[in-house]
Amino acid sequence: MSNTEDKKLLEIKDLKVSFFTPAGEVKAVGGISYDLGYGEVMGIVGESGSGKSVEAYSIMGLLQSPGKVIGGSISFEGEDVLSYDKNQMIDFRGNKVAMIFQNPMTCLNPVYTIGNQLIEALRAHNKEISAHDASKRAMEMLELVGINNLEKRMKQYPHEFSGGMRQRVMIAMGLICSPKLLIADEPTTALDVTIQAQILEIMKDIQKKTGMGIIFITHNFGVVAEICDKVSVMYAGRIVEQGKVDDIYYKPAHPYTIGLLRSMPRVDAEEYERLIPIDGTPVDMCCPPEGCLFAPRCEKCMQICFKKVPPYAELGDGHRSACWLRVQEQMSGKEEQDNG
Amino acid sequence: MAKYTLKRLGMALITLLVIASLTFLLMNSVPGSPWLSEKSPSQVTIDALNEKYGMDKPVIVQLGKYLENVVQGDMGVSLNMQKNRPVVDIILEMFPVSASIGFIAIIWATLVGVTLGCLAAYNRGTWVDSLLRVVCTLGISMPTFVIASLLLLTFAGANEALRFFPTIFDASLGAKAYVLPCLALGLYPMCYTARQTRSSMLDALGQDYITTARAKGLRSPAIIFKHALRNALIPVITYLGPQIAFVFCGGFVTEQVFSIPGLGRYFIQSILNRDYPVIMGTTIFLAAFIILMNFLVDVLYKVVDPRIRFEGGGK
Repeated sequence: MSNTEDKKLLEIKDLKVSFFTPAGEVKAVGGISYDLGYGEVMGIVGESGSGKSVEAYSIMGLLQSPGKVIGGSISFEGEDVLSYDKNQMIDFRGNKVAMIFQNPMTCLNPVYTIGNQLIEALRAHNKEISAHDASKRAMEMLELVGINNLEKRMKQYPHEFSGGMRQRVMIAMGLICSPKLLIADEPTTALDVTIQAQILEIMKDIQKKTGMGIIFITHNFGVVAEICDKVSVMYAGRIVEQGKVDDIYYKPAHPYTIGLLRSMPRVDAEEYERLIPIDGTPVDMCCPPEGCLFAPRCEKCMQICFKKVPPYAELGDGHRSACWLRVQEQMSGKEEQDNG
Repeated sequence: MAKYTLKRLGMALITLLVIASLTFLLMNSVPGSPWLSEKSPSQVTIDALNEKYGMDKPVIVQLGKYLENVVQGDMGVSLNMQKNRPVVDIILEMFPVSASIGFIAIIWATLVGVTLGCLAAYNRGTWVDSLLRVVCTLGISMPTFVIASLLLLTFAGANEALRFFPTIFDASLGAKAYVLPCLALGLYPMCYTARQTRSSMLDALGQDYITTARAKGLRSPAIIFKHALRNALIPVITYLGPQIAFVFCGGFVTEQVFSIPGLGRYFIQSILNRDYPVIMGTTIFLAAFIILMNFLVDVLYKVVDPRIRFEGGGK
């Protein structure tokens, strides 16, 4: 017990990913760090282009040229993923870590049956398994994600499934090799709200049964509250705030997080309360400004914000925020303590 | 499937009827007659011949009579090229020669074209890709008679060391006789297929299901040949129908250059000689053949892409 608790499932340190485009280097991910314990569910929240997916793709080694990991480390159960050779990477993908994607309509190959694609995922990592056993396992997985009429469904093609059903198939396919980590890249974004709830329910359920870790990438705070233990809020390729779900919700400590939460509809809102959007547009990652990248859009920004990148202010229990306001508060708090 | 086949058959018959009628009318409106040669026969003889072969009646009546005969399996007899030999006989003798060359050509063109296309797509942007692009552009822009003549000059020409193949097609020589004609005939479709495969392969490789396949931990060969190629083949097959038609019609030129006793060459000669029944017979036969090939290609579609349904609409 203690052994697994000490060892983290996934540790990312100062990961930097850049895209080398003709227009110059685009720093999609500019040094992020986090860790994930066994069975933990972490949400990564941020707007489009904040580097959420790029970060996930680099864990899986799925970055396509011109994207490249240029710094930092990714370690999975203590092994350095970035130093894996081709064969190790193939063994890692799908077997130890699985990934499901945003658009279930296009993620399944239209010309092969569901059964074929499920069994293929299993056989890629388990060469000895017999055809019969593989098919049995595939059907078990389909049952697990709530698909009925298994014999018939196995022989059907993706176009005979609805979007929600296809996402279930994707989940079944991801989990067929019992991975320890599932990366879900906006798995509910393309689905309508009732189906979203069903998919989340299934993921939560399976997570409890299997105890796997999940990285849940989304831009929807509501979804995060449903399923996650902790949250990283990303902005322009950096994690601006990190902490337990409750801390982030009730004690948000970064102006960007506060802005995100304010721009989201709430059940407990006053009748005529309006949503408040965050002014401005995300920074151009081709030539990012100095200092805090959120400063140009921040209503509480100070002079120092334009000059130096804020360090993390530790707010206790893993809650930290990269904002000069918090850093200053802490410093003045310390001074008061010293004086008193 | 049965309903679909019947529907296609009905459409094919209508198509053939239109083609036959148009050809018949067009053929008769062109000046000249089968009886004219260096030594023109007397008017009396011509009239007698016209009466004998029913050519003294109005064109529309002739057409009616012809169609009636065709339905009964009688395509008439040759008027001057192989006098009084049934057209059906002639077609049955000549077609296998054209078909064997066309068949070999389309097979090698498709196999090599698809392979090169995959190779180019997989090595996109490298010298392999560039080289193949140059070769394919050349192959597409050079007319068949140029390619055929070049091949003849090189491998059956004055240079003793390189004279591997006969100048004139002779089926009794076996495989040797087929090499140059099949090469010449297949080059254009091969290049076309390669380009088509390259672009549809690149398209397929960029699809989300390829990312899924990679995320599953599949190896490159499985990703390329299982997941990408089958999807990439769908647009390639679309072009296969017209390409088969090209190989059999473009065969006219090849057959001429290599003096192959095939249907295409005979077809051209029959037009020059105004051998009306032979023109009609070969036209209808080739049209029917192309329609059949297109039907087979459509069936092949269904085999490759399960989303295609023959009945009741669907995608």
